[in-house]
Amino acid sequence: MERMKFLCVSCPFGCFLTAEHEGGKLTGVSGNACPAGERYAAREVSGPVRSFTTTARVDGGMLPRCPVRSRSPLPLSDFFAVKREIDGITLKPPVEIGQTIIKNVLETGVDIIASRSIPS
Amino acid sequence: MTAAQRKWIDVAVIGAGPAGVAAACAARTAGAGRVVVFDRDAEPGGILQQCVHTGFGLHTFGEELTGPEYMHRYIERARRAGVEFEPGAAVFGMEKPESRGDRQSAAFWVSSARRGVERVEAGAVVLAMGCRERPAGALGLAGTRPSGVYTAGSAQRLLNMGGLLPGRRAAVMGTGDIGLIMARRMTLEGASIVGVFEIMPWVSGLRRNVAQCLDDFGIHYHLNSSVRELRGYPALEGAVVEKIGRDGKPIQGSEEFIPCDTLLLAVGLIPENELTRMAGIGINPATNGPVVNDLMQTSCECVFAAGNAVAVYDLADFVSREGERAGRNAAMYAMGRLAKGGRDIAVIPGENVRSASPQIITGTEDIALYLRVSSPIEGKCRLEVSEGLFSADLRCARPGEMNTARLKASDIASLPHYIHSVAVRVKEA
Repeated sequence: MERMKFLCVSCPFGCFLTAEHEGGKLTGVSGNACPAGERYAAREVSGPVRSFTTTARVDGGMLPRCPVRSRSPLPLSDFFAVKREIDGITLKPPVEIGQTIIKNVLETGVDIIASRSIPS
Repeated sequence: MTAAQRKWIDVAVIGAGPAGVAAACAARTAGAGRVVVFDRDAEPGGILQQCVHTGFGLHTFGEELTGPEYMHRYIERARRAGVEFEPGAAVFGMEKPESRGDRQSAAFWVSSARRGVERVEAGAVVLAMGCRERPAGALGLAGTRPSGVYTAGSAQRLLNMGGLLPGRRAAVMGTGDIGLIMARRMTLEGASIVGVFEIMPWVSGLRRNVAQCLDDFGIHYHLNSSVRELRGYPALEGAVVEKIGRDGKPIQGSEEFIPCDTLLLAVGLIPENELTRMAGIGINPATNGPVVNDLMQTSCECVFAAGNAVAVYDLADFVSREGERAGRNAAMYAMGRLAKGGRDIAVIPGENVRSASPQIITGTEDIALYLRVSSPIEGKCRLEVSEGLFSADLRCARPGEMNTARLKASDIASLPHYIHSVAVRVKEA
């Protein structure tokens, strides 16, 4: 059995949770003021996922960087590896908002997309 | 330089951030003829163009967008509604509004590379200049004046829009949201954050940002501690940090030298109101923004205001919502159709309330009264607006998180004639 402590961000109240789990399966939670805390804890112990955002290099555009994000949340543990993938590419304008920059990044099943347009 | 007179504008909006763009869009939708948004930056969008993180639009669009995506939606909507944008145009002066018949009109001065210096007249103005960060010069730091000291927002712009990492080892002074977000952002870029230091016994940013910007990346924050001295010249070599006692004073002998090449400042936001003052508009000392009524109208009847220029909000969604109210009412004023309800009733911050906005209610429309508490209550408490206008139980109240009281126009309008003010308070239950 493993124990994790973290802040629940399901609502602005922000309960400080203590969660117990076995192999990513929630076995107990305390500190939560409502059932949302239990759901949040179950997600967190099975491997937290977050929206990933950074910028990508742009060559010859109005700006030298283009903000990008993951289309859906990515495992937090993949953040630095995904960042290195994005650092390895250079975008050529025009870039369109919503355009796929990297498809299925590192086999996560999640695309990296542009979060703004960069005109040429 | 020539001072060319230009075509009449019905509603002029100053600032193309979340408040200004929403205001302009609402002004057109309400029927205003010519609506022009002036902004000094090269493109509309304001500070959200550099906020590449997600968390915007949950209330408005039901999804978590980045800053540029959030603004893209609003700008497209505004363009479709017929709003004109004038980027690269800095408004640098505002005259005291003059009466023309039964109404006032406004005049201000704009400088742009394209058109030079101009005097612009408008039937109504919406002030949406946003806010500025409290700079290093306002903090009374001892020691040297080295390079490497940035406000969190200027570091954010350098990194996210310029691709320039300010340093490799950074300390953060203060726990404002942008400081927390930049601690995560610089960590992802390979820099190390040597610590986040907060002078107060509580974090000033949102809890969500503590969890997802600091805890997620193992970044430590220290309450009751602050930077007292900078060392190194010409470049920053480190900061001397000290503990703050219960009396708010530094604890002798608690100083510690923290080596770092960068110091980010996240120590407060101040509404930007130079133009407001020039126009002779009344400023509220608690919010540092113009005094506004429930129509978002200032003490000059043709000038409206919204967003962080009025009071510093937590969420861009609320800023846009208030912008819409300001824009709609500015349009109605410019068209001579603004129906103001009853008399002015003052909203007075009472027990444990540091600021409240708007400061005047007239009972013209249902509104959200935004307020901040002075000190945190961790546990059940009660938010009340006197005369029975509002009451609600809160699970907690923290200075970093705005609270809202929804007031009904009909309740305000039916207050007895001898009531000239209402008090808003937050007390332990």
